Amino acid sequence: MNSMLNNLIALAIGLNLIALGTSRIPSLIRAMSVQGVILGIMPVLMDHHLDWRVIAIAVATVGVKGVAIPHMLNRAMRSANIDRDMEPLIGYVPSLLLGAAGTIAVMVLSRYLPLLPHHSGSLLVPGALASVLTGFILLIGRTKAISQVCGYLILENGIYLFGLLLLESTPLMVEAGILLDLTVAVFVIGIIVDRIQREFDSLDTRKLTALRE
Amino acid sequence: MQTIVHSILHIGFWLLVPPLLPGVINKVKAWVAGRRGPPLFLLYYDLARLLRKHVVMSETASPGFILAPVIGWTALGLATAFIPFGSAGALICFKGDFILFIYLLALSRFCTVWAAMETGSAFEGMGSAREVGFAVLAEAALITALLSLCVQSGSLSMEAILSPSAGTGTLLLAAGLFTILLSENCRVPFDDPNTHLELTMIHEVMVLDHSGPPLAIILHGASVKLMLFSVLLVQAVLPVGTQSPAVSMALLLGGTAVVTLAIGATESLMARFAFNRVPLLLTTAFLLCLFALLAAWRGGVA
Repeated sequence: MNSMLNNLIALAIGLNLIALGTSRIPSLIRAMSVQGVILGIMPVLMDHHLDWRVIAIAVATVGVKGVAIPHMLNRAMRSANIDRDMEPLIGYVPSLLLGAAGTIAVMVLSRYLPLLPHHSGSLLVPGALASVLTGFILLIGRTKAISQVCGYLILENGIYLFGLLLLESTPLMVEAGILLDLTVAVFVIGIIVDRIQREFDSLDTRKLTALRE
Repeated sequence: MQTIVHSILHIGFWLLVPPLLPGVINKVKAWVAGRRGPPLFLLYYDLARLLRKHVVMSETASPGFILAPVIGWTALGLATAFIPFGSAGALICFKGDFILFIYLLALSRFCTVWAAMETGSAFEGMGSAREVGFAVLAEAALITALLSLCVQSGSLSMEAILSPSAGTGTLLLAAGLFTILLSENCRVPFDDPNTHLELTMIHEVMVLDHSGPPLAIILHGASVKLMLFSVLLVQAVLPVGTQSPAVSMALLLGGTAVVTLAIGATESLMARFAFNRVPLLLTTAFLLCLFALLAAWRGGVA
């Protein structure tokens, strides 16, 4: 069971790389949503006694991260009429290398973290930290609002992965609440993207720093 | 006695079966496009035809023009001896032989480039430059992939590292190795084996001026290399070596068929990448293999 879980986390780390290396926004959205789906089915594989609430959360996560959010982002992308982040602040190869270096550093670091004995062989902690780092790099390095949202969602995936460590002790209500927040946030961002596009004829968030009355 | 039978079967398999793979790939591509496609055994007919023909040599070429393809083909053939065949094991096996395996592949690449440069044509120099440029990244990725298998299985010979499955990083390793396979064998999206525009070719441009028997062994060598990487991918990902002989043989042949179909599907569905995007893709493949190494190192400890 543990090796199956590690395999899925390794795949999620691979998807981080694809998210960092791609210049096309549809593939970025796809990488993010596939990662969300992989993380969504993880609690079902982890839990020894299958509860209906665990299954409900898994179904909801897969539905929201795999279908609803990508759908909203794709619609925002189409209405804003862009499909490439042409001029990132950090280029694709540098951000790829940055993400890889971060992942390696996290793998080394997690050897020295005082984890519970039954978590020590798992990739959960390095995977979570690697996703958080990837999210940060996307948030800092990209200029288009939609790629930044994808960065934010990958960051959230990392936090969710970290939360799986505490699956036994956190009430599932918290997870459900986070999921709801996330959906609303992406929904609002979809509207904002549309407004930015109408106001400035571009989704470049750098233009927002020069707002005047 | 058993070693003799094993050797004959091994050599017979690697001589006769590989030219089938390009035929299968072409059939898949034709099927996706709705055409009837070339015959499945086209490469066999081509090889038989080329072996009967004369060699045309450029005035600038030295005997190396003939010698290099022979050395390259022999190096590839020797490299196949290290690949175990399901539970039957490899022909040659010693500690650290995966390093020799990598160098044999490099030697065969050097010979292809050498023969291409012998012709004195500018196009072939260009193709060689591209081939070697991509190889810098692809080779690093291959070495990392084999290292991660070494770490996972805790041994240093090809036979031992290929028999169990790749463990934690299996999915990453499969993606990485498949990308290396496409790059090393000059398939789409790195190169288009059908193209006839010298400006965009890589492998095809290097063999443009070869003819007769040398071209036949270059073509045969290319199909052996394709088979080599497919079998490597299947055995790295699936625990082929630990099954009973019948099951392992079925897994190996089925897996190779799936890889071949996947190559055909990739070629039908993808376009070639622009040259400046190829290093990015190869870097991604390298990092996927590197992460598989990390996952084997971290996940395998417990």
